[in-house]
Amino acid sequence: MTTITRLAKHRLFWPVAILVVLLLSNLIFTPSFFKVEVRDGHLYGSLIDILRFGAPLILVALGMTLVIATGGIDLSVGSVVAICGALACWRISEQGDQNSVGGVLVAVVLALGLALLLGLWNGFLVAGIGIQPIIATLILMVAGRGLAQLITDGQIITINSSPYKEIGAGYLLTFPVPVLIAIVVIVVAVLLTRRTALGMLVESVGGNAEASRLAGIRSRRIKLMAYMFAALCAGIAGLMISSNVSSADGNNAGLWYELDAILAVVIGGTLLTGGRFSIGGTVIGALIIQTLTTTIYTIGVPPETTLLVKALVVTVVCLIQSPSFREKVFKGRRQRPPTPSAPTAEAPAKVEVPA
Amino acid sequence: MTGISKEFPGVKALSDVDFRLLPGEVHALMGENGAGKSTLIKVLTGVYDIDQGQITLDGTDVRFSGPLQAQHAGISTVYQEVNLCPNLSVAENIFIGREPRRFGKIQWSQMEKRAAELLKRLQLDIDVSAQLSTYSLAVQQMVAIARAIDISAKVLILDEPTSSLDASEVEQLFRVMRQLKEEGVAILFVTHFLDQVFTISDRITVLRNGRLVGEYITRELSLIDLVGKMIGKELEVLEQLEEQPKPALAALERGQPLIEAQDLGRKGAVAPFNLTIHKGEVVGLAGLLGSGRTEVARLIYGADKADQGQLLVDGKPVAMRGPRSAMGHDIAFCSENRRTEGLIEELTVRENIILAMQAVRGWTRPIPRRRQDELVDKYIKALDIRPANPEAIVRNLSGGNQQKVLLARWLITEPRLLILDEPTRGIDIGAKTEIQRLVAALSDGGMAVLFVSAELEEVLRLSHKIAVLRDRHLIAELANDDEVDADRIMETIASGARA
Repeated sequence: MTTITRLAKHRLFWPVAILVVLLLSNLIFTPSFFKVEVRDGHLYGSLIDILRFGAPLILVALGMTLVIATGGIDLSVGSVVAICGALACWRISEQGDQNSVGGVLVAVVLALGLALLLGLWNGFLVAGIGIQPIIATLILMVAGRGLAQLITDGQIITINSSPYKEIGAGYLLTFPVPVLIAIVVIVVAVLLTRRTALGMLVESVGGNAEASRLAGIRSRRIKLMAYMFAALCAGIAGLMISSNVSSADGNNAGLWYELDAILAVVIGGTLLTGGRFSIGGTVIGALIIQTLTTTIYTIGVPPETTLLVKALVVTVVCLIQSPSFREKVFKGRRQRPPTPSAPTAEAPAKVEVPA
Repeated sequence: MTGISKEFPGVKALSDVDFRLLPGEVHALMGENGAGKSTLIKVLTGVYDIDQGQITLDGTDVRFSGPLQAQHAGISTVYQEVNLCPNLSVAENIFIGREPRRFGKIQWSQMEKRAAELLKRLQLDIDVSAQLSTYSLAVQQMVAIARAIDISAKVLILDEPTSSLDASEVEQLFRVMRQLKEEGVAILFVTHFLDQVFTISDRITVLRNGRLVGEYITRELSLIDLVGKMIGKELEVLEQLEEQPKPALAALERGQPLIEAQDLGRKGAVAPFNLTIHKGEVVGLAGLLGSGRTEVARLIYGADKADQGQLLVDGKPVAMRGPRSAMGHDIAFCSENRRTEGLIEELTVRENIILAMQAVRGWTRPIPRRRQDELVDKYIKALDIRPANPEAIVRNLSGGNQQKVLLARWLITEPRLLILDEPTRGIDIGAKTEIQRLVAALSDGGMAVLFVSAELEEVLRLSHKIAVLRDRHLIAELANDDEVDADRIMETIASGARA
C-alpha cells in the first residue's frame, strides 16, 4: 500500500497511468497493437507510428513548456511550423538539383534561422515591449499564415528531394529519423535546463516575476531565450512535417498545433500560471494526445465526429489529472465515518500532492 | 467551542482546545506563529471541518460545512489581506452578491444610500461610488468590516486587521470596534501587536503548539506574563532582548562612507534626500506608514529608478540601473513584502536561498550542487530555519522561517550593505528576537544595515543612527544616543522640524 501511495504521489503518476490505459485500450480493437517488428531494416508497428507522428508535437510542446514556465504562452508555433516548412521547401524547389545534400542543408539552416528570428520577434514583443504574451504571439499566429502564403506564393509547393525526405520519413539504424531528432532535442532541453541554472531561473521568473527581478535575475533575457527555443522547436517540427509529405502547405501545415501543444504541457503537469515545469510530463502529454489521435483513426470513429471524441477524452483526462476533482470523487464514494475518531487515520489519503 | 481538535497530516494543529466568545466583548486570540490561531479561526468559520469537539452558537450545537453557512449563522471574518475587489466601487464591494434588486435590476441609488449609511455608522464619510482602490488600506479595512457586520452581526472575527495601518488608523479602527462591542457584537481579534491587545481587548485566550494555555482577563495580566505564556519556556529570550543595550556609538569608526545618497529622489515617491551609511553602521528609518520609508530603501537599491540626485559607493558616483547594478556594488535588499516581492513560493528552500547568487553568476555557470548544499545547510543551521529541510517548499513555511530564507538568500552573497525593509513584520516574537540579534551581529562583523521598521522600539534598539521621515521627506537624522527615545522620535515626526 505504501509503495503504491508513494507512487501515486509522484508528479508523473497520472499522466503515465493515462497513457498506459490509452495504449491498453487499443488492444481491444487491434490485438496486434503492441507488436513491433523489423521489416526491411526498419522498425514497424503501431507504437513506432505513434512515436513517429508524435515527434513534431513533442518538439512543439517542449518549446511551449519553457514559454509557459516563464508565465507566458506562445500561440504562434503552428504558424512557425508552416513558415519554416514553406521556406525550406521553397529553397529546395528553387535549386537545380533537388537531391543535392548541400542545398538541403542550406535550406534547413535558412529555415531554422528564420525560426529563431521569429522567436526573437515574439520575445521582443513580450519581454522588450511588455505586451501580454497571448496578444503578442497572436500577432504572429495570424500574420504568420500570411507570411507562409507569401513564401509559397499561395500555392502548395511540392518537392522531390530524397535528402530532405530523410528528416521526416527516413530511418537511421532501424529507427525513424524524426524520433531520433526528437530524442536529441529532448536530451538537449533537459541538459540545458537542468544541468545549467536555466531551469531554476525560468521557474523563478514564472513563479514570481517581481521577486525575480529584485533578486537580480535578468528576466527579459530568460524570456527571450524561452520564446526563441519554442520557435526553434516549432521550426524543426515544420521541417519534419513538410519533409514527411514532401510539400509545404502554408494554410494547413501545423494548423491548431499550438492548442495541442498547450494541452500536452498541461496534461504533463506544468501549470499555465508558470513556474515549475516538467519536460518528462510534457513528452508524456504529447504522447497521450498522439495516441488518442491514432486510436481514434484506428478504431474507425467517423471522421466528422473525431474532434468531438477527442474533446471528450481530453476532458476526462484533464479531470482525472486534477487533484481537487479526484478528491471530490473520492470523498463522494467514501462514507463519512460515523465516529469522529475515524478520520484521523484516513486523513493522509485525502491530502493533495502539491504540484 | 469545546474540545476542538484538528489534525493535518503530520501536524496536530489543534488538540482539545476550548474557546468561548461572549457577546459584547473584544476577545484577543494570542499565540506565536503556528500556535493554531488561524486554524481555530478557520474551524470557527467553517473553512475546515473539525475532527473532534463541539461548536455551540447561542446555546445550540452547530456544524458548519462551509464559510457561507457560518456567515448565515452570524459569523463574519475580515482577513489580514483585505478580501475585496479593488476595481469595484465601495458600495458594490459592500453589497456584492446581495445587491438590492427590483425585477432583477440592481437598484444602484438605494445600494449607495445604504452603503453610505452603513459607513456613517462606522464614522466614515466617504464617496461610496468611488473605486475602492482610491482609498487607503485603513478605509478598505473599514469597508470590509462594514460588509461583514451588514451581512451578519453576531460574531466578527478580525484577523490581523492592524498590520498595515498606522497609529491614527488603528485608533479609528479601535473606535469602531468599541462601538460594535457596545452594540453587542462579539469580536475576536487576532494580532501580533501586544500593546494593541492591552488597549482594546477584554479577555485573552492564549494558544501554544495547538494547545490551550489559558483564558485570562486582560487587565489582570501583565505584558511580560502574556509573552511568557505565549512562548512558554523561552521567556529568558525576551528578558535578554529587553536588556540588550543600545549599540555603542563610539565603537563605530567613521571614515569614508560606504554609501552616500546625494539629493536622491523620485517624483511621487520621495523628495530628494541625503543619507550616508558607514561600514558596520545600522541606520534605522523611522516614520509613519506611507511616510516614504520603503521608497528610500527601494531607491538606494535601485528597485525603483531615481530621477534626481546620485548615489555614491565608496565615494564614487555609480550609475544605478536597477537591482543588478546594486548587487554589483554588494548591496542586498530584503523587500517589505516577502511573499510578493521576495520569495518564489513554489520553489524549495535551497533554490530560494541560492537564487540571488545564481542570478549574478548567470545561467551558464550553475553553482555546483555540493557547494549549494554546503551553503544552504550552513544557513539553515545558522538561522535555525525550520523545518531544516532544504527541499521543503517555501510556501509551506511559517512567516518567520520564510523571512529567514529570504535573509539567507542575501547573506550568502556577502553584501556590504544589507537593506531590510520590515524584516520582522508578521512574524512571531521568537523569530523577531533572532532576527534582531542577527542584525546586531552582522553590524559587529562590519556589515552596514539599513533597517526599516514600523516598530520604533526595534529601530531604537538596533540603530546607530535614525533617519526620520515624514510625508515623503527625510526630515531629521538623529544619532541614537542616550537622549533619543521613542517619544523624541514621535515629537520629531509631529513637529516636522528639519534638522
